[in-house]
Amino acid sequence: MTHTINVTVNGTAYQRTVEARLLLSDFLRHDLGLTGTHVGCEQGSCGACTILLDGEAVRSCLLFAVQVDGHELTTVEGLTPDWDMASTHEDLHPIQIAFREKHGLQCGFCTPGFLMTLVPFLAENPDPTEHEIRQAISGNLCRCTGYVGIVEAVKLAAELLREDDKVTG
Amino acid sequence: MKPAPFQYHAPHSLADALSLLAEHGYDAKPLAGGQSLVPTMNFRLAQPGILVDLNHIPGLAYIRLGSDGDLHIGAMTRHSTVEQDLLVAQHAPLLHETMPHIAHRQIRNRGTIGGSLAHADPSAELPSVAVALHARFRLQSQTGERWVAAADFYQGLFTTDLTPEELLVEIVIPPLPARSGYAFDEVARRPGDYAMVGVAAIVILDAAGRCEEARLVYLSVGEGPVSATQAAAALKGRQPSPDLLAQVAEIAATDDIDPVADIHASAAYRRQLARVLAQRTLARAFERAAGQ
Repeated sequence: MTHTINVTVNGTAYQRTVEARLLLSDFLRHDLGLTGTHVGCEQGSCGACTILLDGEAVRSCLLFAVQVDGHELTTVEGLTPDWDMASTHEDLHPIQIAFREKHGLQCGFCTPGFLMTLVPFLAENPDPTEHEIRQAISGNLCRCTGYVGIVEAVKLAAELLREDDKVTG
Repeated sequence: MKPAPFQYHAPHSLADALSLLAEHGYDAKPLAGGQSLVPTMNFRLAQPGILVDLNHIPGLAYIRLGSDGDLHIGAMTRHSTVEQDLLVAQHAPLLHETMPHIAHRQIRNRGTIGGSLAHADPSAELPSVAVALHARFRLQSQTGERWVAAADFYQGLFTTDLTPEELLVEIVIPPLPARSGYAFDEVARRPGDYAMVGVAAIVILDAAGRCEEARLVYLSVGEGPVSATQAAAALKGRQPSPDLLAQVAEIAATDDIDPVADIHASAAYRRQLARVLAQRTLARAFERAAGQ
C-alpha cells in the first residue's frame, strides 16, 4: 500500500508517493537526493540523522516518511540554501564555520546530526555553559574527536550567532 | 535495517482508532511517538501488520489541573511539553524533576508520556514515577473506559493490563499531601542513556516530623517498576537520620530488589547503585518535606 505525501524541505515543496514502511531518513536520501542527512545506527542511538521537524530536532530514522505529510523539514542542506560552486567557507552557516575553525570534526560522518541538534539549541540558549553544551550534544555520537573540539566549536558558534544577532538587530 | 511491510492508518478521531484496534486485535499496533516502536520495527523484533498512527487525533495532548487538584495529562503529550510545562513543575514536581533524564532532547521532542507508560520498558523512568505518584490511567476501548492504578497496570516485562483493543488515553496524578518531599535520580553511562539503576522517592512526614509514609520505586532492577516495600516499611514512624537512611538503603539494595547482570552492569554493581541512589533520593526528599 502506498501513500502520496506533500512535504516542504528546506523551503521547497515536494510531492512523492511512498511505501508506508519507508523511513524518513531514507526518503530524504533516496527519494529527494538530500544525502547530507547521514544514516548511522537506524535505531535512534547515534543522532547522525537528526533533522528539524517544524523547527524541532528529531531523529529521521525513527519516523516514517508518511508521518511528515503536511509538515516542514530542515536538513543540513538548508543551513546554506544559496550554496553553489562559487561559494567559499565564508558562506557557511556560523555553526559550520565554528566547527571548521575549532576542529569540531574529523571524518565528518556525525557532523550533520550535530549541526541540526545545535540549531534549535543555540536559538533557545544563546550563551550556554559547557555543562549545558555537553548535555545538548549527549544524543549525538562522535567516534573521532573526543568531543573537546566539538564543545569548543559550540562555544564559538554561540559567539558568532550572538554577533550576527547584534548586526541584524 | 528496514521495517517489514505494514498497512498504515492515520485516523482523525479516537472512535476511528478504537474501531481499527477492535477490528484487528493483536495484529494492530498504536503508533504514538514511535521512539521505542520504530527501532524495534527497524530491527524486525516487532512486525505489526497494521500501524494505527495516533498523531492526527485531536484532543489527546493536554495538561490541565482538575478542580480536585489532580493533574490530568493527555496520553499523546510529548515529553518536551511535559518537561517545560509550568503546571507539571508546580503540581507534579517529581515528574518535572524526572523529565530531563528521559533519553535525549531529540527523542523527547517526539516521544509521548502515554507511549512510554504503555510500552512498559523496565528501564524507562516514567512507569516507576507513575507508580510512586499513585497515578491512575484511563484506558479506553470501543466498548467503554476503565481506570487502572499505575501499580496494577504493570504486570511484567513489557507487559501491562492493556488489552489489544484498548488505548491509554489519560494519566491522572493526585497531589501529594502537606509535609511531603520527593526526589528522582538515576545513574547512566551518558546523560540520556538507559539508566543502569534509577529510583523515585516520596516521603510524607507527620506533624512531629516522623516519616508517616515512604515510597521508593526503582527502575532497571527488575521486569518493571519495583517498589522497595521493606525499605519503606522500615522508615514508617521513624525520625529521619543519616544512620536510618543508610540502614534503609541497605534493606532496599539487599532485600527488596533482585537485579540481574547484563552488559551494562553486574548485579552487584546494580545493588551498589540502588544503595547509593536510595540514600541520595531519600535524603533530598526528607529535606524537601521538612522545608515545606
